[in-house]
Parts: sequence; C-alpha cells; structure tokens
Amino acid sequence: MDWLEHQFMQNAIAAGFFAGVACSVAGVFVVTMHLSFLGVCIAHAALAGALMGEWLHFSPVLGAMAFSVGAAAVVGPLADRGELGPDSAIGIVFSLMLGLGLLFLGLIPGSRTEALNLFWGSLLTVTRADVTLLAMTAAVLVSLVILFFKEIQAVLCHRQVAVAVGIPAAAIFYGMLTATGVTVAVSLRSVGGLLIFSLIISPAAAAFQLTYSLKRMFIISAALGVLACWAGLAASYLWDLRTGACIAIASSVMFALASAVSPKRRLLAGTREG
Amino acid sequence: MTPDCSIQIENATVSFGKRHALDGVSLEVQRGDFVGVIGPNGAGKTTLLTLLNGLARLESGRVAVLGLDPYNGSGRGVRKRVGYMPQTPRIDPRVPLNVREAVMAGLSGRLGLLRRPGRADLAAVDHALESVGAAHLSQRPLGKLSGGEYQKVALARVLAQRPEVFLFDEPTAAIDPRAQLDLLQLIQQVHAECGATSLYVTHNIRLQDGHAALPDCCGRLVMMRHGRIWRDGPRDELAAEPLLRELYDCCSESAPLYESQRQAGSF
Repeated sequence: MDWLEHQFMQNAIAAGFFAGVACSVAGVFVVTMHLSFLGVCIAHAALAGALMGEWLHFSPVLGAMAFSVGAAAVVGPLADRGELGPDSAIGIVFSLMLGLGLLFLGLIPGSRTEALNLFWGSLLTVTRADVTLLAMTAAVLVSLVILFFKEIQAVLCHRQVAVAVGIPAAAIFYGMLTATGVTVAVSLRSVGGLLIFSLIISPAAAAFQLTYSLKRMFIISAALGVLACWAGLAASYLWDLRTGACIAIASSVMFALASAVSPKRRLLAGTREG
Repeated sequence: MTPDCSIQIENATVSFGKRHALDGVSLEVQRGDFVGVIGPNGAGKTTLLTLLNGLARLESGRVAVLGLDPYNGSGRGVRKRVGYMPQTPRIDPRVPLNVREAVMAGLSGRLGLLRRPGRADLAAVDHALESVGAAHLSQRPLGKLSGGEYQKVALARVLAQRPEVFLFDEPTAAIDPRAQLDLLQLIQQVHAECGATSLYVTHNIRLQDGHAALPDCCGRLVMMRHGRIWRDGPRDELAAEPLLRELYDCCSESAPLYESQRQAGSF
C-alpha cells in the first residue's frame, strides 16, 4: 500500500470521493426527469467555458461555471415554455456549446496542452485546492438535497402535482439545473469535459434501475459514483491509462450490471406484453 | 365578493395564441356548493379549472378564490388551499415514488419550504389513504397501480392537502366502469365530510353503463361551449335530453344521447 503514501494519490482518492458524490447526486436530477441529454449539454457548456478561460487567461473553473450555469438557465425556460420540446432546446444549446468549444480551442495559441487536459481530466494531478473546492461543492449539494428533499421529490417525480399543491416547482427545477451546472464545472479538471457526463448519468441510471425509493436512489447513486471514481483511479494508476476513460468505463459497467439485475426491467417487459 | 362566495370569476378571457380557450366567462360559486361543469371536448372546461388555481394565462378579467386573487401575487397561496385532481396522467412505471410519498406531496405545499412533516402530518396521510380504501397500497410503487387505484391515491393526495376548494378534472375518464362508480361514491363522501366547495368537470353526462357521471350531491350544472358558459342552472332542469343534445351538437332524435356521444367518439 506504498502508493497511498504519495500526496498526489491521497488528493486523487479524496477528489474521486467528492467528485463521485457530487456528480452522481446531480445525475439523479437529470436521470429522474428523463433529461439525461441535459447532463451532456451542460458538460459541453462547461468545457466551452473552461476553454474560453484558457484562451483569455482567466480561471477555467470560473469560465466553466459561467457557461454551464448559463446553459442551464437557457435550457430550463426554453424546455418549460413548451414552444420547443426539451430535446430540441437541449440539442440547440448543446450544438452551440460544442461549436463555441471548438472555436475557443482553435483560438488558443501555442501547444494547447492545458486545454487538451480539460478534455480528458486527471484525478492524479489535482491539487489540495481542487479537492477543497470539490468537497465544498459536494457538501453544499448534499445539504441542499436533504433540506429540500420533499420539494425535490415532488418536482422530480410528479411536477404537475408539485405545481398544483403550491410548491415553487419552477424555482426548485431551475435550482437543480444550476446545481448540476456548478457540479460539472467544479469536477471538470478532475474528470474531464468529455467524460464527465458518464459519471453524471451512469451511476444515477444504475441506481434508477435498482430501487423505487428516491432516498435510496440518491444513496446508491453516490456510492456507485465513488466506486466508479476509485475503480477508474486504480486502473489508471496500475496500468497507466487515462483516468477519465477508466472512470467512464467503470461507471458504464456498473450500469450494465444494474440493468441485468433490475426489478424494473421485468416490470417493463410485463407492461409490453400486457 | 360575499363571505359565502368561494369562487368569483368576472369576464375572464384566456387565449392560446389566437384561439380563446375562455371567452368572457363569469361565474360565482357559493361555499359548500358542488357544481358540475359539462361540455364537449375543447369547450374550455379544464382551462376553467386551471384559471381557478392560477395556472392559466389570464388575458383579461378578474378571478377571486377564497378571497384571494391568484393572478396578483397569491397564486401559490391559492394553490395551497385548492385541491386539484387532474386527468389521469401518464406515469413512468419506474418512477422512484411510493403511494404514501405521493400522498404526502399533497401536504408539501402547505407545510412550506424547510419544514419536515411531523407525526400529525403522517397521520393525516394515513387517514386520507384509509378514507379512500387505499391504506393497503401505501408502500406500493406509484407506477405499479391500476388506473382506478391511481385515481383513489390521487383523491387521497387531494384530501391530505385539506383543501377548501376541490377541482376535479374528469377523474373517471380513463378507468373501468366499476372503478368509476367507486370513485364517484368516494368523491360524494369526501364532499359531504369536508363541506368544501367542489367543481367537477366531465364531458360525459352518463357513464358507459348508463349511470350518472356526476355525484348525486351535484345540484348545479354549468354547460360550456366554445370557451363560454352556455347554460348555468339547477341540474334537474338542465340535464334534459334536448338541451344536452344541443350542447353536444347531436342532431339525431332517435338515438339516445349516450349512443350519439359514443358514435361521435366522446368516450
């Protein structure tokens, strides 16, 4: 266990824990609302913002946060207004963010090593400051879920009813989108812009397959998120592979296993037959 | 608005694009009354209900519910006191929510942000489930209910909210005849016990088996056509075959209305 004595490894394990918790808790929002593509869209917005930061020499985290929260703020009302379906609204913002990201990448002078690192991310190079930021994000997110659980549950599972009984459903919905945006932005450097949506969607989608309780879904999703991060980290360290790619593969394997044993799979099969 | 008046609508117009869903509608409902709202599809019945809980886009006119204006900063305040039972929605059978949690959602608005349900609230949820005969379903996932069970649970949720006004939007539309009768009896029982004001929307005057589609306690009928109130009066007077035939644009004198409605695809 010598490898645990290295400072960079301790940082990576802590970052994996907090990124795993934060991303997979945010993932429960988008998966339960059937807005998984929104996670992909926000991840690309964060990447575009971070690349703009690299190009204009300001903090990539700030750029990522501005763009991802901005994308959430645009997609939410667009999807809600009903003139465009949620899929179309998210698709339009997604393609804009992809275009902006490529544009900013092209405008960065020099070797672009830092910029390219944003695509892949690496838990093995995170600093103490990164870990602190991730820890704060995870703590705030989990606290908000605990404080507003009954409203979040009503909006996620039954939005029409939530509105009808006087819950501020729009504020809760936009709050969840903003929280997803902030989580993606903060986790970008560790997990990477191209692979972070895997960590957002796969653990939550796996948890969705395994339980009919939202409370349990949050807990299972967070546990699987951490497990995916640590498994990816271990594989990356042992076999000198890209950390982000290993995390994405680990979380996808977990989803496949959860689907195979899901009680809901049988339910859906029964519905189709019935 | 008199103290006995629960609902007052004055000349309300609601539009979707260029089409008026409600066109200069005025209506007063006294506290404790049960009013049936009938009319063909697209007559504006559901819009009338959403107008009352502040979810329609009011273009002109005035609305007061329990003395509050839902379009002047009191929308959420009104919704906390108005129980709205929408048409059976399509529910994802995998949704991570059980029946007890779904009924608890009815209380969430009244409880307010940052307040957790206490023992009395949990007891109210259990009591609501018992009242509709669905206590045995409390731990079942919401997506695993039949249509009739789902509507009973929806009624329990509205009951748990302890509303002063009930808005029922075609609650029997998508369930089998036996479940329709059970639900109508339950709604009648709930109205009698709560003493609340109720508006009950349906586009059928009779169920498929010929039973009345409105509870017996419904003493007043509002007939809607083309976004307007076409007739408003005692149920006994308005529920006559010629008027109903005219309301639904059914020309044939020989076929009973139920048959004409079915042929027109109303069922």
